[in-house]
Formats: sequence, structure tokens, C-alpha cells
Amino acid sequence: MTEPSRVEPVTALFKSRLSVVNLGLASFADNLAAIGAEVAQVDWRPPAGGDAVALDALDRIANGGTDVDAANKKAVEILLAAKPTLIDIGIAGEVIPGMTPTTVLHSGPPVTWERMCGPMKGGVIGGLIYEGLAKDRAEAEALAGSGRISFEPCHAHGAVGPMAGIVTAKMPVWIFENAAFGNRAYATVNEGLGKVLRYGAFSDEVIARLRWIETELYPVMKKALKLHGPIDMKSVIAQALQMGDEGHNRNRAATSLIIREIAPILVQLGEPVERIVRILNFLNANDHFFLNLSMPSCKCALDAARGVKGSSMIVAMARNGTDFGIQIAGLGDRWFTGPASMVEGLYLPGYSAANAAPDIGDSVITETAGIGGFCMAAAPAIVKFVGGSPQDAIAYTTRMYEITLAENAAYQIPALDFRGSPTGIDVRKVVETGILPVVNTGIAHKEPGVGMVGAGLVKPPRNCFRDAVLAFAEAYGAAPASSRSDP
Amino acid sequence: MKTVFVEKESYYDSALLMLTSQEVKKTSGVHDATVAMGTEMNLDLLRSLGFDSAALAEAAPNDLVIAVDCNSVESAEAARAAAKRALSRKAKATSGDAAHAAPTSLASALRAQPDANLAVISLPGAYAAREARKALESGLHVMLFSDNVALEDEIALKALSRRKGLLMMGPDCGTAIINGMPLCFANVVRRGPVGVIGASGTGIQEVTCLIDRAGSGVSQAIGAGGRDLKNGKVGGATTLMGIEALAGDDDTKVIVIISKPPAKAVAEQVVAALERAGKPAVAFFVGATPEARRAGSVVRFAGNLEETAAMAVALAKGKRYAPRAFTVREAEIDAIVKRETRRLAPSQRYLRGYFTGGTLADEAWIVAHRATGAVHSNNQTDPKFVLADPHRSVGHTVVDLGDDAFTVGRPHPMIDPSTRVERMMAERDDGEIAVVVVDVVIGYGSHEDPAGAIAPAVEAMRAAARKRGGYLPVLASITGTAGDPQNFALQKAKLEAAGCVVMPSNHQACALATRILERIGTRGKAGAR
Repeated sequence: MTEPSRVEPVTALFKSRLSVVNLGLASFADNLAAIGAEVAQVDWRPPAGGDAVALDALDRIANGGTDVDAANKKAVEILLAAKPTLIDIGIAGEVIPGMTPTTVLHSGPPVTWERMCGPMKGGVIGGLIYEGLAKDRAEAEALAGSGRISFEPCHAHGAVGPMAGIVTAKMPVWIFENAAFGNRAYATVNEGLGKVLRYGAFSDEVIARLRWIETELYPVMKKALKLHGPIDMKSVIAQALQMGDEGHNRNRAATSLIIREIAPILVQLGEPVERIVRILNFLNANDHFFLNLSMPSCKCALDAARGVKGSSMIVAMARNGTDFGIQIAGLGDRWFTGPASMVEGLYLPGYSAANAAPDIGDSVITETAGIGGFCMAAAPAIVKFVGGSPQDAIAYTTRMYEITLAENAAYQIPALDFRGSPTGIDVRKVVETGILPVVNTGIAHKEPGVGMVGAGLVKPPRNCFRDAVLAFAEAYGAAPASSRSDP
Repeated sequence: MKTVFVEKESYYDSALLMLTSQEVKKTSGVHDATVAMGTEMNLDLLRSLGFDSAALAEAAPNDLVIAVDCNSVESAEAARAAAKRALSRKAKATSGDAAHAAPTSLASALRAQPDANLAVISLPGAYAAREARKALESGLHVMLFSDNVALEDEIALKALSRRKGLLMMGPDCGTAIINGMPLCFANVVRRGPVGVIGASGTGIQEVTCLIDRAGSGVSQAIGAGGRDLKNGKVGGATTLMGIEALAGDDDTKVIVIISKPPAKAVAEQVVAALERAGKPAVAFFVGATPEARRAGSVVRFAGNLEETAAMAVALAKGKRYAPRAFTVREAEIDAIVKRETRRLAPSQRYLRGYFTGGTLADEAWIVAHRATGAVHSNNQTDPKFVLADPHRSVGHTVVDLGDDAFTVGRPHPMIDPSTRVERMMAERDDGEIAVVVVDVVIGYGSHEDPAGAIAPAVEAMRAAARKRGGYLPVLASITGTAGDPQNFALQKAKLEAAGCVVMPSNHQACALATRILERIGTRGKAGAR
């Protein structure tokens, strides 16, 4: 008590212009404004929506001795420093760690065959047929339910997959390396729109396209990448954000940039012209070709930040059509899940909400890394999905700064005066503010094999963020209130 | 009927088209409508829905297709027009740019206003400590208006503020004036050489207003919060830091401390800190008998709020302080006493104080109790004089209507004077009341017209007394300055029109009340103090 106080900041206050932030009675702010003081009124809401248990967990984290802010700074700096690079294309069974001939990777958190949604079951059926493990739907279903197939999340193998996210051993996969940290990520080649495996289709044309990817596209692309050398995806994404993409639901600009990059290489390979034409037409016909490059870019950037002790940064968000799940940097490989929600959006001609499957796919890795819905303001062409005007898109992006740790100087948003994208979701902030991550997504038909029926915004289930905060408090927080003297 | 329109070379974004489809479906007579670009996939789909293949064959990928299932040719045309209207519509003007809406958290407010240096927090107590901690961690000084903050939270916040060198005013801090800006409940006081630190809201207000009225001014007024000096564990943390800060502030020439009597050890620390500060100082510990000034000490002890202000102003002006009970001439006081007691009925014996300011009520109780030795109140600690029912006055009573007993689920009476009006109306038929004392606190935070609000109750009490064949003196004072938004002169005029005797300070109003009690010979056990 007798130690001298530091009071210079107080005497400095007496010499400064008073600038007030008012939390509470608005009349106090009004009075200050009336006499010409600088004052901001906060539109305050009870933190965590007044949820006493969640709030207690947040306080325990704050009082728990672990410097979570410092850990998060470290984690987000890793994320910002990532250098996602496309280095090669290979065969899943040969390059993805832990893949076996009977492994089927799927999107989202772990899910059993019995609990899988329609599109994912369809994707599994198609994958087993493609692998030659089953000859038709009935055989595939029997095999899938037999216990002889290992269903595992893509995320557990450094991979990501849009929609059903099915990856089997023979499928070609893009190989990404985070050049700053050396870790790798994988994703299949995007098959295009309509009847495709990722939407649960498994008809002959679907299998045939997968075979074409394996037999014609894959070897040519492998040669092309070898000739071209690694492609720096950070710069492609950065350019695409300036060209109206957000890297999740709009990939038209980035797809074009990749074609521009790869076309001069393709024509140098000495392949038959028809083959090159087929490949270029395939790329050109699919606006979402780049999605399967943007996703592993984000995945390898985020994976480098996994395991940062004491960090509450979200390193994965993913859905399997049954559950929505998240993983936290400081909480290992544990998933925190809630029921997958229905997507609010607009429907393609001929479809309505009645046809929609619940939210599905690993593509929300883009939002986790600070693009996708978090860069809505960069993609005015798709703002109709969020119900309106470019101002709404700006509002969505602006709100994401409330729950993120940093701004990514590499990913700039023109409409926000080139402000960096909101990057690195702090699960504490999600729970405290009640602001859920904005997730852009496509909508799958609930029946296997029909394909995309629309696109829109999805609200992740709140409870998975709350559960993660409670677990984080267990791991890093002070003792629970019940064991303290004064509750 | 199913009709297809093809608009050549009309490219639209697919999302806009989906939205347009939805709008077109609302057209009267239309069962279903699809507005889409003529891509192979869309054409396939429309064919599968039974639209005319030949008509669809006209469409190329860059052509717009409007396919309508409807009742009549007219409704098909209406649907086509609706589609074109929707597609050509300019972006609607957005009301209230959501991106520039009010910040929803302290953190977002700081992003919008990075030079912010003070957080004023009046949130419910359960949340207030959290936000205060965040504000301190963000490098902001804090004024924590909220009460119901746990003692351990207060101790932790003040420890954090000391580490950071930041001012932590409150919890339960209703008043401060920083850099001339009145915060929460405070008056427009001219700036000047007196720095005030207090653990008492209306005490600071009264002293700063009286300093202003005496022609001097205030450099800073720092609220410490009700527990700062009273609770040994808090240990005067804010007060001690405030003293150090005012010691280092060139604009402060005189330091004033106002508090309920602190724990003994804390009081000694405060006096020692004032000695270290080395500037002339006045300490007023409400309810304590003022100590004599120690030889060579810079610290003087005052006996009431008005004296505190007067001593500080004298020190600031380098004049000698001459104590006196009234600033008006004694002859005039005698005339008032005579006039106001002439028509009192024999049954009228007791003083009633109806107060909105806690420290003003304390001061009234002290003055009246010193004179009568028998004043009840709802905020005294001596059980002999605690009102059994805070809602009913007995004998001599001074009631603090800002006490928790009256503010559960209701605004403080300084904001909403109806609590006091109701109390006065309820007791207007009490024939034993001989004199009423009230406070009127104006300034920022207070009711826009507290004199106007109390006037009907004053008139009603006086009318009831006249009806009983007696008379009722009502003595008032106004805590406020000429700069306050309520207009001091107008407030005074309203009180006088209602029949109040308006005194220059609360202390003088209370002293006048005791003169009236003396005059009518209803003194209780005299000289108890």
C-alpha cells in the first residue's frame, strides 16, 4: 500500500482533451455531447447473451494465469505468415498420410455411416464404386455398413473437401505446401456443377468424370505443375479479392487467373490438342474450379497454427451435413459440435427450401482463414445471397472484425478502403459478443446425386462455440466459481 | 399455360436472377416463374419442367430466359414486365449504413475512437466489473457509476489501476468533473485552482458548486466511490492515487478531501499523503468532529460541506478563513425565524428532512441531531435512531430517499422526484411537523426541473398545515451553479413561489431549521454533541 503509484497517465489525462466511451445510461453520453465533449455511446448488450455459465467460463479464462492474448497473437501471426503454395498433384492413397485402400475421407467432424446425411451417403457410394470396392449402390451400402470401411474426417488427414468431401485412395489430389512452415494440405479436383460426387451423385457419368480426371487431367496437370513450378496461392487469392471473389461462393476471378497461369504451360507439354482442349474446357466450364485450391490454401495456413498452447483461435470449422464442428488451436484435435443448420439463401431455378440438405462441407475453412463470408464486402456480385445491397455485405464483413484477432494485410478489401480481411476467429469473442461467423455456402439437394440447388448464408450452431469456451476454461481457466470463496 | 420469353444478349448475375424469380412468382395469375440465363443446364431444367423446347432453343448462354407458368397471356406479360422491372431497378437507398452503426462493444468503440481516454460505465453491477477491467486493460481511465459491484472486484480493479497508473473512480461513483467536463451527476463548475477528491456524490456536488459560487473554481473533481475510504481492504486506493495526481497537477493549488469517516489507519494514510503532496489541503470527514490543524501541517479540517468549500476558496485566494454560521446577516435570519414561526400551532414540534442527496441528508441529520439529540433517519448506523420503517417518519426525521430501500426497481429520486413527492404528500396531514428541509440538486444527470417537481408537494403540505390552523416553514437549498442546464435562478424562483425559504447552502438551510426549533422551544435533549 505504501509503494508509490504511477500517476503520470493521470496527470497526462488532466492535460488531454477528454474523449469518453460510455457504456450504460445513454443520457450520460448525451449530456457530454451537449457540452461539446467527444463521446461514443456503446450499444451494449450483455456479454454471452447473459449466459452466466459461459460468462463465468470467460472470466475464469481471463483469471487463469495463461496469457491467452499472447498465445492468440502467436497463433494468428502464424496464420498471417502462411505461404500456401500449390506444389504438385498426386494420388490420395500415395500422398495423404494414413490413407488405406479402404479409407473414405469425408467432410466435417467424424460421423458414422448410419448418421450420414443423404448427399454424403451418395458420395460414399460413388467413392466405393469408383474404387472398385462395390459394383453398385446395394453393394456399396452393404460394404459401408459392414464396418470394413474406415470413415475419417478429411481434417484428420490434412485434407479438406467441399460438400460431402469424399476422398478415396485412387483419387488425384492437389498437394499444397505452406512454404513458411513446411506443412502440407490436400484436396481433390473440383468436378464441376450439376451431378457430381460432392453433392452425392454416383451415376455412371459421375464415375466416368472421376475416371477422366484420374486418367487424363491428372497426368497432364502433374506435368504442367512440374514445368511451371510451385504456384503461390496467397498472391492469387489476394488478386481475386480485388476482382470480386471472396474465395468461397465466388471463385470466378481466381479460376480465370489459374487458367491464365496454366494455359501457356499446357500448350507446351506436347500433348494432343484435343486433350488440352478438353482440359481447358473443363476448367473454363466450372466457376468453382478454384474452390478446391482456395480450401487447401486455407487449410495449410490454419494447420500451422494448430497446437499453439493457450490459444483460443479457431483452426477449423467444418460440417458433415449432420453436425457442424469446430477445433481450437489450444485444445488439440477435439471437435466441438452442434447440429448442422439449414442454409438461408436463394434457390436455383426449379428448387426451393423443401429440397435443401442441411449445411455440409469443409469449405467453411475459407471463413476460418478470413476469406469467404468474412470477405463478403469484396464480392458485390453475390451480395444478393445475403439479402440485399453492397452495404449489407460491408456490414457483414465489418461485423467480423468484432470476433477476429487480426487483419490480413495480404488480403485487402477494396470496398473497405483496402482494409485487411478480418482474420483468426477467437472463440472467446464469438461467445462474448454473440456474433456468429458469417459463412457463405452452397446448398446441396437433400437427395443424393441431384447437386447444388442454391446458395446463401448459414448460421453455425451457437452451442459448439459455447462448449469450446467451457472446455477452454477447463483447460486453461481458473478454478470454477463454486470452489471460490465469493461466488 | 407455360410461356417462354427470351431476351437476347441480356446478361445478369445468377444471384440477382434468383431474387428476380422470387419476385416474379408474386405476380397475380402466375403459378411459377423462372428467370435465368440460357445456359444448357438451365434449359435442360426448363425442358424437364415442360416448357416449350422450340422456344427454349432460341436461347443462348448470354440470353435471358423468362419462363412463366400462369393463367393467361396477360399474366405472362405481367410477369415479363415484373422481371424487367426487377432487373432494371437501381439499388435501393439503404437507410442507416449498418457499417457505421453504433459500436456494440468497448473494443469496437475503441477502434472507432482510438484516442478515447476515459470509460464511463453505468451497466448493471454483474457486468460492470468485467467491462471496467477491460477498459483498464485497454489503457482507459474509468469512472464506474454502477453499484452492486463485489468488494473483491473493487479491490482487484483498483490494484490493476495502480499497476497501470490509471484512475479508477468508483464503483458507486456518481460524480466527477474531469477537465471541466461534468460526468454522470455533476454541475457545470468553472475551472479553477481547487482539486477535489471525494467518496461522496452529493458532497462533491455541493462543495464544487459552493466553490463556484464563491468565485473560485475546480481543477478536477475525482470521485473515489462509496467504499474507497470506508473499507479498510480497499484502503483508499483511489483517494491516495488522486492525491498524488493532484499533487503533480500544476493547475491544482488546493486539495480537498470529502468522505465519511474513514477507517483510522486509512485516515492517517490520507493525511500523510496530503502532507507529502505539500499543497494546502482541506479534509472534511462527514460526521467527525474536525480535528485541530497540527502545527506546521498543510492539512486543515472542516466541519461541514460549506465550510469545506469556504476554507478551500480562502486558501486558493490567499485569504484568512473566518468561520460563520450564515452568509446572510444575523438580523435577517432572526426576521425569517420570527416570520416563519409566528403562526405555528402548539402541536407542531418536529423537523422533517426529505432529501434526494445522501451526503446532504447526512449533513442535515448531523446538524439537527447535534441540536436535538433525537433525529431518526434511514441511513444512520446507531440503532436508536434508525427508522423502524423507512417509509414512515417519526418525531424528528431526516430521510434519504436515494437509499436502496426506495430505489429498488425505481430511478434515483434525483432523476425521478416522484418518490419524494409521494412521501411528502403521504405525510402532509401529520400535524406534528414544525419545519421541513429539502435539497434540490440540479446539474447534469439530475431531473430537468426538480424545483417544479417538488413545488406541488411543498404547496400541498403548507396548505394542509394552514387548513389545520397552523403554518409550515419549508427550507430549501439548491445544489447547483449558474451554468447548470436547469437554470439556477428559475429553480430558485419556483421554490420561492411555492413558499420555500431558499438558503445559500444545505448547511445554512439545516442551521436555520435548528434556529426555528429553538425558537418554538421544542428542543429535545440539548447539547448531546
